[in-house]
Amino acid sequence: KSSVQTIGEEQIQNPYTELLVLKGHQDIVRFLVQIDDCRFASAGDDGIVFLWNAQTGEKLFELHGHTHKITAIAPFSSSDVSEEKTHLIITASADRTVIVWDCTSGRQVQKVSCFHSTVKCLTVLQRLDVWLSGGSDLCVWNRKLDLLCKTSHLTDAGISALAELPKNCVAAAVGKELIIFRLSASNNGSEGWNVLEVKRLVDHQDNILSLVSVNDLTFATGSHVGELIVWDALDWTKQASECNFWDSSVHPDVQPEIKLSQSPNETSVQHLTCDEECVFAAVGKGIYVYNLQMKRVIACQRTAHDSSVLHIEKLPNRQLISCSEDGSVRIWELREKQQLPAEPVPTGFFNMWGFGRANKQANQAAKKMQENAPMYFLELVGDLIGHSSAVQMFLYFGELGLATCSADHLIILWKDGERESSLRSLTLFQKLAQNGDLELKL
Amino acid sequence: MISAPDVVAFTREEELEDDLYREPPLPEEYSVPLFPFAGHGANPWAKVAGSKFTRDFILISEFSEQVGPQPLLTIPDDAKVSGTFDLNYFSLRIMSVDYQASFVGHPPGSAYPKLNFVEDSKVVLGDSKEGAFAYVHHLTLYDLEARGFVRPFCMAYISADEHKIMQQFQELSAEFSKASECLKTGNRKAFANELEKKLKDLDYTRTVLHNETEVQKKANDKGYYTTQAIEKANELASVEKSIIEHQDLLRQIRSYPYRKLKESEFHPYEPECALDRADPGCDQHPAPSDPAEPGETHLYTHIPSYTPKLIKAKSAKCFDKKLKTLEELCDVYFFTQTLDQLHHIERTFRGDVCYLLTEQISRALLKQQSVTNFLFEDVSFLDEKPPEKQYRGCQGLGQDAMDGKCLEESLTPKVVVSLGSYKSSVECVPIKMEQEMEDSEEPKMSESVTSEPQENLDYLDADIKGSISSGESIEVLGTEKSGSGLTKSESQASLPVIPSPQAGRSKVGSRRTVSEDSIEVLSTCPSESLIPEDFKASYPSAINEEPYVDNDDERGLRFAPRLTVGVADEQDDISKQESLVQVDAACCIGKESPNFLEPLPELGQKPCEEDGVVRIPPQPYRPAEQGLRGGFPSHDGVPGGLLPYELDSRYLLGSREVSKSSLDECSDSTSYMSSAASTCSDRTPSPAHPACQAAERHRKRAGQNALRFIRQYPFAHPAIYSLLSGRTLVVLGEDEAMVKKLVTALSIFVPNCGVYAKPVKHWVTSPLHLVDFQKWKLIGLQRTVSPAGVNVLHALSRYSRYLSILDADSKTLRCPLYKGTVVARLADHRTQIKRGSTYYMHVQSILTQLCSKAFLFTFCHHLHLPISEREPEESVVNRRMNFLKLQLGLANEDVKIVQYLAELLKLHYIQEPGQGGNPLLRFDYVPSFLYKI
Repeated sequence: KSSVQTIGEEQIQNPYTELLVLKGHQDIVRFLVQIDDCRFASAGDDGIVFLWNAQTGEKLFELHGHTHKITAIAPFSSSDVSEEKTHLIITASADRTVIVWDCTSGRQVQKVSCFHSTVKCLTVLQRLDVWLSGGSDLCVWNRKLDLLCKTSHLTDAGISALAELPKNCVAAAVGKELIIFRLSASNNGSEGWNVLEVKRLVDHQDNILSLVSVNDLTFATGSHVGELIVWDALDWTKQASECNFWDSSVHPDVQPEIKLSQSPNETSVQHLTCDEECVFAAVGKGIYVYNLQMKRVIACQRTAHDSSVLHIEKLPNRQLISCSEDGSVRIWELREKQQLPAEPVPTGFFNMWGFGRANKQANQAAKKMQENAPMYFLELVGDLIGHSSAVQMFLYFGELGLATCSADHLIILWKDGERESSLRSLTLFQKLAQNGDLELKL
Repeated sequence: MISAPDVVAFTREEELEDDLYREPPLPEEYSVPLFPFAGHGANPWAKVAGSKFTRDFILISEFSEQVGPQPLLTIPDDAKVSGTFDLNYFSLRIMSVDYQASFVGHPPGSAYPKLNFVEDSKVVLGDSKEGAFAYVHHLTLYDLEARGFVRPFCMAYISADEHKIMQQFQELSAEFSKASECLKTGNRKAFANELEKKLKDLDYTRTVLHNETEVQKKANDKGYYTTQAIEKANELASVEKSIIEHQDLLRQIRSYPYRKLKESEFHPYEPECALDRADPGCDQHPAPSDPAEPGETHLYTHIPSYTPKLIKAKSAKCFDKKLKTLEELCDVYFFTQTLDQLHHIERTFRGDVCYLLTEQISRALLKQQSVTNFLFEDVSFLDEKPPEKQYRGCQGLGQDAMDGKCLEESLTPKVVVSLGSYKSSVECVPIKMEQEMEDSEEPKMSESVTSEPQENLDYLDADIKGSISSGESIEVLGTEKSGSGLTKSESQASLPVIPSPQAGRSKVGSRRTVSEDSIEVLSTCPSESLIPEDFKASYPSAINEEPYVDNDDERGLRFAPRLTVGVADEQDDISKQESLVQVDAACCIGKESPNFLEPLPELGQKPCEEDGVVRIPPQPYRPAEQGLRGGFPSHDGVPGGLLPYELDSRYLLGSREVSKSSLDECSDSTSYMSSAASTCSDRTPSPAHPACQAAERHRKRAGQNALRFIRQYPFAHPAIYSLLSGRTLVVLGEDEAMVKKLVTALSIFVPNCGVYAKPVKHWVTSPLHLVDFQKWKLIGLQRTVSPAGVNVLHALSRYSRYLSILDADSKTLRCPLYKGTVVARLADHRTQIKRGSTYYMHVQSILTQLCSKAFLFTFCHHLHLPISEREPEESVVNRRMNFLKLQLGLANEDVKIVQYLAELLKLHYIQEPGQGGNPLLRFDYVPSFLYKI
């Protein structure tokens, strides 16, 4: 019996009542990246990059160049004020090449194939107008694809994640270690850059899977065994850590009777995302909301999905979207618990965990919590079922909708049916006027 | 399809439901007058009793030079059809009204025999004694062994219903022209082959003779010629002459203007032929890179190896030799094609004329609704060749396009290359025009046709006189005169819509006086060429020729420059004729049948009533209203009652369609049984459109299955609602036949998403995926117990929010709730409708209503967009909902149906042509319920 919360067929708050299936890929689609307001690129194991129109679902370009699966993709928009804004994307592949594509023409701009290992992550430092590639070593490139500098060989496993930090620093996750590099202009040349290892942080017990830069002062990392560490971005010290926040004994406010099996997969921090106040962690099948001020988990959904949550994203409207290996996408809303002090906690609050058994202890715990801080919970407001296999990633396009990519080779564009309908009406009347059909014909 | 034949049948039925009476009245063009003699126990189809045959058929006859007129074959080829009807007698009749009067031979002043490419003539005649009316299409085939090289044939469509012939004249003419063109093409081919063989023979004979002469010359040195030698020399000379003659004939047959063949849509047989025969030498499509030699020569160049034989120079035209059969005269392939075409004609025009007319009107109306008609109509069916040319009245909206086209056509150079002196006068061939202008040139079409009969009056007279003097009381009842073709073309350019003044003239409605054994030529629309007076004088037999045309001619219309000689005379004739007409018409007015209270004076429609037969000449240019009004003429004086008639299922299904398709699980036989008591002259509700035979049968079957479905399943309403609101319905079951039957039944409720095929998948065995719901709105799904079956069910439950599931095995339905009213009218399980096709039409009429609502909703600007910029979105939404609920009177879920249809309309309208567009899947998050029986 699954303990996953279900919402049923009636989903009033779910705006997505129309969908478009985008076909093109022949293998797992792993990456979606936004290019501009209405375009996005998709890439996956078939080595092909597709450019799509997010409004119409039209396939704009099909970019062939890689012979193996694509391992990383990053958009690289030029900041040149003088010329028109050009949109580039950089893709890295298991064929040990990196290609820069022009999104306007759909052409390959340049290809670099001097790598000794697969590039696993790409980061663009817009401020410095350089981009970094992370494999077994860290390379720094400029826009013209000149190799500015590189580190020595770090590890065979390679860099799994990169994040930009203030003061020209970069955090790189290498296995269990977190290495801080600093980029500095070389003394002798104007174009030259040096990359220096400044610090090695070894606080994690297991491989670091996710790395997110929260703001100029903090960044966060998550590891395979479920450690979440919040770091100071300036002096790289540990601000807070949540080593076993899934453990109910530490947090009496969450239901004690839930005993999670402690298998690493169940607790690995797959993905981290954040807003100004909170870090949202996809941990195993669950979603946890960690408040930076309060330094504690303020809300969680232990079994948000039937299997691992692969990607989560915070929307501007207090909503959170998660996708999972079970092929579903779920929309959550972070709600403040509205409660009158005199009233006992209604059992409905606990219903969202799918149990509905709120015992007295829990009630008391809840009351206790209520005194010092507002309580939050994640409410399921909708789910999107369309993919027949794991949903790898999604891209939120605001009004235009939501693009999801999956191991079933498909990309689905989820759209607000009402909005689409009125847009079509608009187009219709425009076309009517254009064709002159509005004029009376005799 | 909006159609009303069943409404006709219902005019006397009391069991009609009350609901139907509450519905808005039928549109004007559908309102049919009540049968005036309903009280006498008669029925509108009683008139058939007068005829000796049971149903319409096609007769092919020949005027044999040996035995005279003889019937060759009938279509359908069944003795039951013609019954006691005397085919020999009727052949004589129809062959004796051949105004084509082909002429081949040595024209004075010409050294060699001339082949004339004679246009077909089209005549309508009636035989009141036999109760038979016929459209007669005369054509001439070439035969080297025949007298004058020609063999006159005719094809006749024979029906007991005069009005059918009259009103479908245009269509019949067009269809028969195709058949005739096919025959003639094959014949020219065969004739050329024959000529080539003959030439080889002659060549061989000449060589032999020459050698013999040489031998004789050598052997004979006496200085004078023996009689034998002189004979030989004479023979040689005649062979030489014969060769020249035959070469000339071959040149002529090859110079036949093949422009028609190059227009693929004109002659569908050609490419097939080339493919079928796979004969490289038989290339029917000469390469366009050969402009000097127009390419016809390619046509006949390939001849299988032939051994020439010695022949007599003068082949005796004797009566003891066996004439070639029709099949031999034409290429076998073309003969088969012609037969197919004739069968197709027979199927097309089967059934009561009112049915044909309503079909045509419906199609014409539907064609106009280009925005909505894709939803529930078979668009391919609408796209096909429209036979509704005559319904100009319906086409007012499309006028602009037509004008444009007319103008364009009239600008094409009117060039006719003349080869012979008298050939220069011929006019462009109307058959060709008909074919070319099928699509949107109704006005022009009709004008050109109306102009034709008039030209032939003079030589017509000559012919008729001949007939009359022969003792037979054959009389031309309706012909018409008009001005020159040149004037016509001008008027078309400037005022394409307004009929030329000539068209407005009265038809000649002369009355026969006394006739026991009567045959009336009701009207003619014979060969299309114009014969100037001076040439007619020299050729009283009125040769009508097709022009010799340059190969690179434009497709457009061409009018030959008219000779003005004799026009004055013609005008004179016209006026005489007209005065006569007026007198005649005056005589008839008092007798006009009540159904013709509103004759259209400008069209000169003066039906004459005599011997219980109302004569209406063909009115190819009549607007729709008139066609309708004429649809139910009086049948007074005809005893009521039906002939006992045996239902032949072969007829019902179309005799040439023997095999049943795999979808035909459920036969519609019960509906036929119930129909036997009430229907039409042929007892077969026939499709007006031939290619839709299968579609028609499918409809019937689907209608019958749907009827059964709504009677059997109490939850039919929510199921149908699912389909109408675009929610995919999955019919799940183990038995393929049963599932397919249900799918067929339900398919009539599925709106089309685009112009392509219906989004219906009859049978699927693999697990469904989201993409399937985008593509299909109705799916038959196999239920199996195998592991694969588990996957199938798993997919169903996973995607259950997009689906309604009808379990055919356990008779359950899982789908959203429906509380609207539209579906209740659409599928009332207590309905009195018994026939599948009737129910289908009922469904179509309600769906059409829905379409019109959806159309209104879609195209009301303020329902979707704010009136002013400051107007909030909510007020637009309110307005929209108010419109749906109050203005359109939609209740509850009916709103969603119209909204879905509106989305489809929008998508269809804004879709760029040629761009497939991504199929959308729209859905709602609504709870489903489980229904059980």
